[in-house]
Amino acid sequence: MSMSAARIGAIIRKELAEFRRNRFILVTASILPVVFLISPTATILATKATALTTVLRKRVETGLFLPLLIPAFVPAILAAYAVVGEREQETLEPVLTTPVTRVEFLLGKAAAIFMPAVGISYLMFGVFVAITQFAASPVATAVLHAPQLPAELVFIPLLAAWTIWVGLAISARATDTRVAQQLSVLASLPLVAVAALMSFQVISPTFEVVAALAGGLLVVDALACFAVARVFDRERLITGTKPTGEGTAQQRYRVRGA
Amino acid sequence: MTQRPPSRLPAIAPAPAPVRSLISVEYCFVPGSPSSPVRPPQPAKTAEAAAIQVSHLTKSFGPRLAVADVSFSVARGEVFGFLGPNGAGKTTTVRILGTLIAPTAGSAVVAGLPLGPASAAEIRQRISIMPEAPGLYRRLTVTENLEYFARLYGLPRREQRIAEALAAVGLADRARDLTGSLSKGLRQRAALARSLLNDPAVMFLDEPTSGLDPVATHEVHGLITGLRDRGVTVFLTTHRLDEAERLCDRVAIMNTHLQTIGRPDELRQMLFNRSLTITTAAPLPEPDKVFAGLPAVQSWQASSPATPSADGPAGYLLAVTDPAKAAPAVTRALVAAGADVLSIAEPRHTLEDVYLELVQDTEGRTR
Repeated sequence: MSMSAARIGAIIRKELAEFRRNRFILVTASILPVVFLISPTATILATKATALTTVLRKRVETGLFLPLLIPAFVPAILAAYAVVGEREQETLEPVLTTPVTRVEFLLGKAAAIFMPAVGISYLMFGVFVAITQFAASPVATAVLHAPQLPAELVFIPLLAAWTIWVGLAISARATDTRVAQQLSVLASLPLVAVAALMSFQVISPTFEVVAALAGGLLVVDALACFAVARVFDRERLITGTKPTGEGTAQQRYRVRGA
Repeated sequence: MTQRPPSRLPAIAPAPAPVRSLISVEYCFVPGSPSSPVRPPQPAKTAEAAAIQVSHLTKSFGPRLAVADVSFSVARGEVFGFLGPNGAGKTTTVRILGTLIAPTAGSAVVAGLPLGPASAAEIRQRISIMPEAPGLYRRLTVTENLEYFARLYGLPRREQRIAEALAAVGLADRARDLTGSLSKGLRQRAALARSLLNDPAVMFLDEPTSGLDPVATHEVHGLITGLRDRGVTVFLTTHRLDEAERLCDRVAIMNTHLQTIGRPDELRQMLFNRSLTITTAAPLPEPDKVFAGLPAVQSWQASSPATPSADGPAGYLLAVTDPAKAAPAVTRALVAAGADVLSIAEPRHTLEDVYLELVQDTEGRTR
């Protein structure tokens, strides 16, 4: 049975409907981006016109760094809940009794988290850029035309993808939602370090560096997707037990994407 | 695939009278040997007719044996009861047949497809499983829940299918309610509606009436009967033995091993000695003379009251080979002996008696 876009779409649609209905998810997913927007924007707006250009540049760069934290943290919680949460509310087994394959299930889950996470990140980034253009025009224009701007645009989805795959992998193996969410947040920290080094120009975001890092992250994301599909095992998820015994190598249903 | 009537869901009908077997099926009971293979693969009428064919299915979870060398077949359109105590391997068997978990050994054919990784998704397309827990998304409405699953099954005419499924379980008026606001019984109905969506060839129902009130239970029984009439094979896991007796063409009793399989009335006959109970107005002066030599009567013993008084009613229990043959002869003999016969009856054992006899016997040996 080939991969079905309709089934992936069904999962995305259902996930987004659940997000909309769950105030807790909406609030917790919104707080961090709003803080990351308000904090640097207020700092820039509070900067006096007579301030040194280097000070203003530093503040704009800090502001550009913060939107990278959104795809590193916001999807982590949602991805960590995605599988183990369904298992806890006993909705996983009925879904797994349908023809949906593990790859479709995971892609649907990932896409449903990816879209709002990246959307919010771009939105916050856009608002921040608009405000800084308006309030600190000369410096902001200089900064925003540097490689940081395309780097931000490229890295936001790549960081989100990484965070989501790690979160899904943890979720597929965890037995408790809280543990899965904490581990997912911890797994995002290395990305934050890289983003910080780049934003503060410890790693100079030249076109080559950005392209190399983006390419590397793309490969890592693809490998992560493959790895998550491997750890997603219907039997373990339903029974909590690792499949054992003779014949399992041929008979395990996770083989061939089933 | 098997041929079935057009995919219109059965409306709820009044629960049927107790269902007797429609299909003659061989069975094999091996009392007192739970560790031995109880029965070989049971042939269905034809290979095409078997909706489920299980052969030497075994499943271990580490050192724990959950299902041991189980073989049976279920004919198309049959309502098959799967009984057993908690931890007997019923749910594990259903999960194996539903391709959710892999067997440690053995093989099976489900809905015309061999169980295996290559056919798993296709099997899931042809069957439906209603787990014991309703497993509904509580923040979505009933319709949204069903729509999600209809999309996962890739169903055309989703709205119509959903409306039919909801009507079939009597939930049409609650379609827009959040499932989190429904009672347990209504959620159970919604889950049942979900399992009807894809017009399955084989339905696995795990405790479908758990938590339902008597009226809803009655309706679900009618629904199951309607499904059978449409040629849908129903694999019913239940603890309610009255339900199994009422609905199932055949039942299997599991306790890790398959203890027995057959029609409820056949199991009763096989497990319990056939007998007649007789009550007379007063004790017979010489019962030996009355009962000795009668056709189909093997032996007799006094039953209640244990110590009959000289002028009170007396009871006798006769072991017989054929009650229909023995009863007229016994009646004539009693009348000839001048006895006032108050009653002659064949004791009727329920499926519960069969179940308890088998399960307690097995557990006694295990201890």
